[in-house]
Amino acid sequence: MAEKGTWTVKKGLAEMLKGGVIMDVTTPEQAKIAEEAGAVAVMALERVPADIRSAGGVARMADPAVILQIMETVTIPVMAKVRIGHFVEAQILEHLGVDYIDESEVLTPADEQHHINKHQFKVPFVCGARNLGEALRRIGEGAAMIRTKGEPGTGNVVEAVRHMRLMMAEIRRLQNLPPEELMAAAKELGAPYELMVQVAGEKCLPVVNFAAGGIATPADAAMMMQLGSDGVFVGSGIFKSKNPAARARAIVAATTYYHDPQILAEVSKDLGEAMPGLEIATIVPAERMQERGW
Amino acid sequence: MLIGVLALQGAFREHQQTLAALGVSSRRVKKPEDLDGLDGLIIPGGESTTMSKLLGDYHLLTPLKDKTAAGLPVFGTCAGLIIMAKDIYGSNQTRLGLLDILVARNAFGRQVESFEDKLIIPAVGEKPFPAVFIRAPYVMEAKPEVKILATYKEKIVFVQQGKCLAAAFHPELTSDYRLHQYFINQL
Repeated sequence: MAEKGTWTVKKGLAEMLKGGVIMDVTTPEQAKIAEEAGAVAVMALERVPADIRSAGGVARMADPAVILQIMETVTIPVMAKVRIGHFVEAQILEHLGVDYIDESEVLTPADEQHHINKHQFKVPFVCGARNLGEALRRIGEGAAMIRTKGEPGTGNVVEAVRHMRLMMAEIRRLQNLPPEELMAAAKELGAPYELMVQVAGEKCLPVVNFAAGGIATPADAAMMMQLGSDGVFVGSGIFKSKNPAARARAIVAATTYYHDPQILAEVSKDLGEAMPGLEIATIVPAERMQERGW
Repeated sequence: MLIGVLALQGAFREHQQTLAALGVSSRRVKKPEDLDGLDGLIIPGGESTTMSKLLGDYHLLTPLKDKTAAGLPVFGTCAGLIIMAKDIYGSNQTRLGLLDILVARNAFGRQVESFEDKLIIPAVGEKPFPAVFIRAPYVMEAKPEVKILATYKEKIVFVQQGKCLAAAFHPELTSDYRLHQYFINQL
């Protein structure tokens, strides 16, 4: 008897995306460019994070018509975003047949206390996290993949680096704790105890962990891989740059050959201007997307 | 014995863990020189279009074809099956063409249709094999020289031609090592 929507197949799709680049796209044409550049999946959106940031107002799930057009255009997996806690947007995306749902801080949260109960869905979810506690809370709710939050739409990798380093440091710390100290550590991080025990034993997150939020160059992507990411999401970084096709290809190569400075130098040449960047200190705390999520 | 695992993208770590559990050494293959001295090669699951592109762009395709023509055995899973095929339905992506088969990509449907089930594979024993199908392909047509090792609901999902093996599912995601053992036994 075939079993669908099991933990193994949800987590398994993320395993297959490892070492790859997931690109934000807003049109079928962009999706085609991403696929031809070697993206392992695309994120179907109405606006990339940089435009959401400058437009202001409430950002919601994309129009299903746009998502369906993108699904018809490419053969690689198609992901789409829902607002934090908006389980009906998730029901709609599951019905459309998207391959992964991102419960994302890039959109305006729909619930200020609770995330979606992701165990109820057959479609897998990815969620953002800034630290180990947040990652394990999301996994406890059923997320089958994690990504660092970084600070979306800025083209500034500093927050993604901060979040990845913190998560790795917290995992290293757990490995050295005697078992009797894990409960207090779970309380301190606000994380489910059983998952803390699992992380301490396996020395890694129980699901795939990508980097996201501010990656704009091949060097950014390779740096996140060297810091221990399983792969990268590039949001505004590709289609807000001068030459999206070339930059997309270069970031794909940099994510595979992240340890090879010769290839990294080669692919970084002549890419034209990157997206305009934003200094994090210039964003007032209330407008920092990474603060969204509980 | 040394087995290479193509490590351009995808679940190469899981294949290496399975090989380690069987006491077999492995090496990640990203560049042509990584192919030297291998007794066999595994092409893992992942996104076949991404792997096809990198195979072409980073000068691996020709040396890989030369090695396989000279007899290097290859075991592919999911995306690996697609890359090993001669014909890919509706696609002109780069491939190795090691198996005389026509494959269809994402043939069981999108992710919400991904599934687990038990498979009967007589070549590895009577005990059913736990098969994980993720946006999986299947073999639409196979030439007579291709041995069909398993079918699922009349779809061909595991084949062998000479010393090359390919499965539409992911043995690397389970703790049943019989398929890897079967590959190693051929070497």
